[in-house]
Amino acid sequence: MTAARARAVVAIGLGALAAATGCEREARPFRSTALTASAPGEVTVSVLQPGPRAPRPEMAEGPYDENAYAIADGKRLFDAYNCSGCHSQGGGGMGPPLMDSTWIYGSAPENIYATIMEGRPNGMPAWQGKIPSDQVWRLVSYVRSLAGLTRKDVRPGRNDDMQVKPAESSMPRQRAIPSTKP
Amino acid sequence: MVALAFDGRHGARTWLALVAAVTLAACSGEPAPRSARAASVPSTAAAPPNSDAGRATIPAAARGADDGQWTWAGKDAAGSRYSALNQITTANVANLHLAWSFATGVTRGHEAAPLVVNGRMYLVTPYPNYLYALDLGKPGAPLLWKYDPNTLSASQGVACCDVVNRGASYADGKIFFNTLDDQTVAVDAATGKEVWKVRVGDINQGETITMAPLVVKGKVLVGNSGGEMGVRGWLTALDAGTGRLLWRAYSTGPDSEVKIGPRFKPFYAADRKPNLGVSTWPGTAWQIGGGNVWGWLSYDPELNLVYYGTANPGPWNPDQRPGDNKWTSSIFARDPDTGEAVWAYQMSPHDLHDYDGVNESLLLDLAIGGRRRKVLLHPDRNGYVYVIDRATGEVIYARPFVHVTTSTGVDTRTGRLTMNPDTKPVLGQVVRGACPASPGGKDWQPSAFSPRTGLVYIPANNLCQDVESQTASYISGTPYVGMLVKMYAGPGGNRGEFIAWDPVAGRKVWSIAEKFPAWSGALATGGDVVFYGTMDGWFKALDARSGRLLWQQRLGSGIVGQPIAFRGPDGKEYVSVYAGVGGWSGAIVAGGLDPRDSSAALGFVNAMKDLPGVTRKGGTLYTFALP
Repeated sequence: MTAARARAVVAIGLGALAAATGCEREARPFRSTALTASAPGEVTVSVLQPGPRAPRPEMAEGPYDENAYAIADGKRLFDAYNCSGCHSQGGGGMGPPLMDSTWIYGSAPENIYATIMEGRPNGMPAWQGKIPSDQVWRLVSYVRSLAGLTRKDVRPGRNDDMQVKPAESSMPRQRAIPSTKP
Repeated sequence: MVALAFDGRHGARTWLALVAAVTLAACSGEPAPRSARAASVPSTAAAPPNSDAGRATIPAAARGADDGQWTWAGKDAAGSRYSALNQITTANVANLHLAWSFATGVTRGHEAAPLVVNGRMYLVTPYPNYLYALDLGKPGAPLLWKYDPNTLSASQGVACCDVVNRGASYADGKIFFNTLDDQTVAVDAATGKEVWKVRVGDINQGETITMAPLVVKGKVLVGNSGGEMGVRGWLTALDAGTGRLLWRAYSTGPDSEVKIGPRFKPFYAADRKPNLGVSTWPGTAWQIGGGNVWGWLSYDPELNLVYYGTANPGPWNPDQRPGDNKWTSSIFARDPDTGEAVWAYQMSPHDLHDYDGVNESLLLDLAIGGRRRKVLLHPDRNGYVYVIDRATGEVIYARPFVHVTTSTGVDTRTGRLTMNPDTKPVLGQVVRGACPASPGGKDWQPSAFSPRTGLVYIPANNLCQDVESQTASYISGTPYVGMLVKMYAGPGGNRGEFIAWDPVAGRKVWSIAEKFPAWSGALATGGDVVFYGTMDGWFKALDARSGRLLWQQRLGSGIVGQPIAFRGPDGKEYVSVYAGVGGWSGAIVAGGLDPRDSSAALGFVNAMKDLPGVTRKGGTLYTFALP
């Protein structure tokens, strides 16, 4: 095998790999899937468990955590539903910041979903019945993107308004953050 | 060296005043404020130019009876925040030391003024709005009782700018105060038992209450907050004995609901048309148009009028509400017995910059243009000090007290503010250099007046901003703003200023540059000492005449409260103030906001990124005395 041929094979292989991983990132979901149509199952807010430790079902990723289109849509919804009225562009105001590493009620997708739907006692309204669950999941993945909890390459890289903060895509990657200080 | 500005026709009085002025000049022989943290404005030079002839005074009828007490946040019906107590003087204030302190157990912005009545101190805290009574007759002022109004925790989610409370009011054996979740409460001042509690608003509409009520003629006057939530503003009178609702006057809507009737005689012709509260709005936008009443009230017993300002129109995006948006960003004069409006004046018609009109109106009697007039002095968010005839609503003057680029002046013929089109927000465009910024030349932080110096002491901001107007969608109980904002320091780089203003001459006499916005109230005393606090925690005493810094003490948290002076049961003069940073300006600390987002807290965070490095959350009442 000549060097040129070897390079071509590697290039084709890389291209195929890129196409495979890019599928989810580029997909435009127009219809909610079965998962997104309903609430997640058991959601716990505390890491404390009485008695022997049982494995806790935990969602590592939101249904749209890999999807750039849905996350960009979540960014639009974040303004449209006035989330930004309280949480600003992630720095907080009337509500707590969402771009930092403090997560009072947990940063797992199901926790954020439950927080949006159920509301929280210190001022978070309950959006149950007001926002379709599919849109809530898009918001979940956008909120996770604000804090760098999603892959860099799926997060929005631009902002069409006055520059007030670094783009979501430039936030450092963070792993799951448990519930911390209120 | 002394600039004298009195009327030459008063021969003998002039001579006396000259003697007085020379004496003053001799007393203040020490250098004017020039230290690193105290810079004076060019016009300082002199002792106050007022003589007795023209000097402003507090209207006798609105003066408090007993200077040993502090029964309302504003001290008296004139809102003077002046205590005639004079044990603490310019000569001995340097010896001031901590007498005792009391931690409230709450760590949000402590903007309230303590009350002192009959040997007790009453403290209302930010949410959850505890009311504490301390016994001033015992060493260390021990706690007598605590009252908990059980404020709904969800109310924190609709409070625009921290969960503050600005104080209580005492009358007829009861303490009256408001809670964040729209309850007005009357508590027996002796026992701490609830006398009545009524809910006057709804958090699901975005309504909260943060203001200190004023009690006038057996009526508790209460107004709502929510200008950032599309809440329609109102002032309500409750029966002080029972809590029964007596009347409610809206700031927007038809004349019948604004309580505009035959007695309404605004000074300016353009304001005399019917139902301006509807016709100056598109469609039904007045129903969600703001004009809230979350600031200060004052009362003139002689004219039997209460005065108060209304907040910004909603949303901030001005293109969603073409028209003058009456009666937002305005002052109302009302008959407290019926609620009827007697006059109104709009400082900022079709407000473009969130210039609420809720700031204090100090009632003063002064000679201007050769005649004695009953006025109110109102330093507005839009950057002008207004002196208005409080009987008629005529603007006598409106002069800028901070750097202003958003307007070019007030036409005293029409009363109308002339806006600068270059700083008007435009949908989807960044418009830079709007000064003052949305918190205004000053925000809620109340001024004080000393009849001894004839000066008004104004805690002020020096902020400008860049904005981008955006489409706001109305969802009840959520923010309704539509403006991306980024604030920063105005010219000079200092974000605050403490100003001594001559109300007669209409100009600054001296001022102190402050690093952070001067977000505390001011206190003037009979010992010619003026007190205020800074957001980085310095409680300061100045010479009321020269502005010279005489004493300062670093407290446990930034100061956004209102200092008061009182006479203890031991006959000594004390000065008290809350330390507990917060409020809109301090939200970055109180709410733990992220400085990487300049638009956080409606853009205030951009101007306050260094605050968390110099002060932390707190909530303590400090009381100082001479040895």
